[in-house]
Amino acid sequence: MGLLSKKDSKLILDPLADNNPITIQVLGICSALAITAQLKASIVMSISVLFVLGVGNVVISLIRNIIPSKIRIIVQLTVVAALVIIVDLVLKAFAYELSKELSVFVGLIITNCIIMGRFEAFALGNGPWRSFLDGIGNAAGYGVILIIVGFFRELLGSGTLMGVKVLGDPIEKTGLYAFGYENNGFMLLSPMALIVVGLIIWVQRSRNKALIED
Amino acid sequence: MEYLELFFKSIFIDNMVFATFLGMCSYLAVSKKVSTAVGLGAAVIFVLLVTVPLNWLLDQYILRPGALAWVGEEFASYDLSFLSFIMFIATIATMVQLVEIIVEKFSPSLYNSLGIFLPLIAVNCAILGGSLFMQSREIATIGLATVYGLGSGIGWFLAILAIAAIREKIRYSNVPAPLRGLGITFIITGLMAIGFMSFGGMLTGGDEETKEAPKEVAVETSEIEKTKNKETKIIN
Repeated sequence: MGLLSKKDSKLILDPLADNNPITIQVLGICSALAITAQLKASIVMSISVLFVLGVGNVVISLIRNIIPSKIRIIVQLTVVAALVIIVDLVLKAFAYELSKELSVFVGLIITNCIIMGRFEAFALGNGPWRSFLDGIGNAAGYGVILIIVGFFRELLGSGTLMGVKVLGDPIEKTGLYAFGYENNGFMLLSPMALIVVGLIIWVQRSRNKALIED
Repeated sequence: MEYLELFFKSIFIDNMVFATFLGMCSYLAVSKKVSTAVGLGAAVIFVLLVTVPLNWLLDQYILRPGALAWVGEEFASYDLSFLSFIMFIATIATMVQLVEIIVEKFSPSLYNSLGIFLPLIAVNCAILGGSLFMQSREIATIGLATVYGLGSGIGWFLAILAIAAIREKIRYSNVPAPLRGLGITFIITGLMAIGFMSFGGMLTGGDEETKEAPKEVAVETSEIEKTKNKETKIIN
């Protein structure tokens, strides 16, 4: 970390574990869970949020002294909406199938609480460089959870990873399926996303007792 | 009949919280007490009821391809649908501010119980989600859009009321320490969502219902059909 001072690297590393936006701050769950049935969709969603939050934090931080505090929510929403439109158009142009699968959830990045939360809590009070790091760190923490959930749901639910059949072919009974293994279709249903996140929280808080609520 | 069907469908089958995970942030953050949950739920119903028809009008007469034909011939070829995110969110933010001002002026008592939640609502995904689903499901008339807004709002209200009641009771239970608070709330919500899935067969009656299943939620509808067929087989 020659490039970053100790304080700056903390901005990136903290949200990855002990101050994770999803499991600790409870932000950004809205659009996160419904798209985690597949690993690919989770990764694309994480990258989109990384872009929106990183750039958005810089923009808000640059104009933070000009925005009148009464209308700041509308200003923030406009900035995010503009960035999300960029993401949406890029997805439609280069990954049309995927953008169909994500459907309205790309648009819902706008109201992802993680973004407004970081704008309010960090970008309004800090310079552009630190805001950028904070944005990247939080989006990465969000992405980590999304990718973990997507990994388990796709692996256990359809026996594939990124569409590749890693466990063998369920119809021709090769690989694991030769021993009578069955896909758990239940993992693909939306309620399981909630339960998987619940289990992640359980694991994380068992390892770090300081995070336990009373 | 069409209205009634959409109404119940948006409350139970396509429930905002349990089927599409919309508005989860405020759902988890404000569900510690029943009284505050009722306040936020009421505010969500109200704002959805106003914004969905409003955004329907915007979509119909400004945004969708060819919508500007009423202005003049030369505008008929315009397609402004890429602007829908920014237009919808602007409408919502403005409406929320407007509602806040009006309620404060005319009913201070309502403002005291509802007012603190109104700023929260502008960033509630359930509100924007309502408008976006209205657009992507191509709801045909403004009446249906109003019914859809009302139904989705009531569905969200029911969900937050139920989880708040459960959380008030669960305080007296012996939950494993790391799961206390957030963890157990997630898992309970998951179980409730599984329960709500059983409403799926409500409208068309049993076996044929899979066609009606919410398309946006699960990517693999065919997988769901498989599991559902398995379940029905077991039951039979």
